[in-house]
Amino acid sequence: MHALTLTELAQGLKARDFTSRTLTETLLERIAETGAALNAFITVTEDEALAAADAADQLLAKNKGGLLTGVPLVHKDIFCTRGVRTTCGSRMLDNFVSPYDATVVERLAAAGVVSLGKTNMDEFAMGSSNETSYFGPVLNPWDHARSPGGSSGGSAAAVAARLIPAATGTDTGGSIRQPAALTGTIGLKPTYGRVSRYGMIAFASSLDQAGVITRSAADAAALLQVMAGFDERDSTSVDQPVPDYSATLDQSLQGLRIGIVRQHFDAGLDADNAQQVKAAIAVLEAGGATVKEVDLPNLDLSVPTYYVVAPAECSSNMSRFDGVRFGHRAENATDLLDLYCRSRGEGFGAEVQRRILTGTYVLSAGYYDAYYLQAQKVRQLIAEDFRKAFADVDVIAGPTSPAPAFPLGDKTDDPITMYLNDIYTIGANLAGLPAMSVPCGMVDGLPVGLHLVGPHFSEERLLNCAHRYAAETNWHTLCPEAYR
Amino acid sequence: MSLSKDQVQHIAMLARLRLAESEVDDVADKLSRIVDFVDQLGAADTGNVSPMAHPLNQGQRLRADVVTEPNARAQIQANAPAVQDGLYLVPKVIE
Repeated sequence: MHALTLTELAQGLKARDFTSRTLTETLLERIAETGAALNAFITVTEDEALAAADAADQLLAKNKGGLLTGVPLVHKDIFCTRGVRTTCGSRMLDNFVSPYDATVVERLAAAGVVSLGKTNMDEFAMGSSNETSYFGPVLNPWDHARSPGGSSGGSAAAVAARLIPAATGTDTGGSIRQPAALTGTIGLKPTYGRVSRYGMIAFASSLDQAGVITRSAADAAALLQVMAGFDERDSTSVDQPVPDYSATLDQSLQGLRIGIVRQHFDAGLDADNAQQVKAAIAVLEAGGATVKEVDLPNLDLSVPTYYVVAPAECSSNMSRFDGVRFGHRAENATDLLDLYCRSRGEGFGAEVQRRILTGTYVLSAGYYDAYYLQAQKVRQLIAEDFRKAFADVDVIAGPTSPAPAFPLGDKTDDPITMYLNDIYTIGANLAGLPAMSVPCGMVDGLPVGLHLVGPHFSEERLLNCAHRYAAETNWHTLCPEAYR
Repeated sequence: MSLSKDQVQHIAMLARLRLAESEVDDVADKLSRIVDFVDQLGAADTGNVSPMAHPLNQGQRLRADVVTEPNARAQIQANAPAVQDGLYLVPKVIE
């Protein structure tokens, strides 16, 4: 059962080939036996999962329920879950039990999805290797000495190791797509505002977006269908109709215009990685798409722009963690200032502290114009580059990451090297565009991802493109040997 | 640009973060490298460019000024490190 995709499991449940309880018990056993070695989970909600599975089985027995009734999933530990602890990978929230559900959690539960737990992640989603988690690094199922990517590394590793067919994730600068690429899974970051951010612990509010990690484009489409849509409780949510994402998956690629970015294939990209990505684009071309070169002249400024904008927003968002109302509190504080400073110093890890300090610096008097305001202007230039490119093409295709999964500890001492890992993904966040990573090859036994970016609200086209590509290849079906 | 230990301590105080004395050198080094890295933004020609605050260039959506959530004080305060009579307890502020 663990080898089946989410949509295949849904069909099996509908046909009563197996029950949701049997499926849930099988996966819980697998998580306990093999998941622990990967450190992919922070919390496993066994009792809640079995109760939800039983409720789903009762509906299914009466031939009721929807497409997703009884199917299993896990949530990144950044989503608030009522009655279940939500740590965000931090000591600061080690003991936090949310009094409410995030909209994403609520909508998936209402659709009958059974949540099995909460996955490990970089602390407050700040990281590209899943090494900043207070609960320790997640290991890549393809090679335990390597990173699964971050910050949704636990979600990606769990899906890649067949512990679960799908997981939620969040993407602020590539945190769904980069781990998807490094673990051989499919990662979808929707348009900014397409999926509600209510109950998703904020890191950088103008960039954060919820999405999914799955093993097929059809699964991503089915989940997005439930998650997307306007939410009154999120002031950044966009009120726009949600199309039927599954209906257009099979459409022909005939006439699709694919853009190849000149700057993507420069010296920074691993040569073997580049070859696999080019081969993948050739498959799309053979399917009827036409290819054209486009320019993103400000691409090299996307990472420095991100590392001004994101820390600035992070320094503001992190101010809610003060040791007073919830979260870690330092003992024996002498006064209120001492309570704030020590609680935050003890509760936050090194990377979170570094970003808070960077954000505080770029927003402080005398530096605001030179850094923050200038970054917001460069962000406009980067978004304009995409607008111009999408006048000529429908989708931009390229690499998701500069190289396959890197060894754990390899980049932890050099924040800039770590930051440059997200060079191909950050632009989509700055411009608020939807983007996907699709498995497109292997280099030295490690997966490689094809990155697809589209104009705002073009998720249908990206899913169609990914689905048609997957129909011609088998990269998305490969599983690490130890987890088959 | 190299940030001094004093500058880092000042920023840490603005950010309400207590840094251990043993950490300050390492934080100053890494923060300086980050500042050097983002300094390249200064070379971009943004003379006639308006800053972008929202990826879809949307304004703030407002809602009617009415209460929509029930009072869940007890549930919310269950996460607090210290409460008494429905109030949050903090160290003494005024002598």
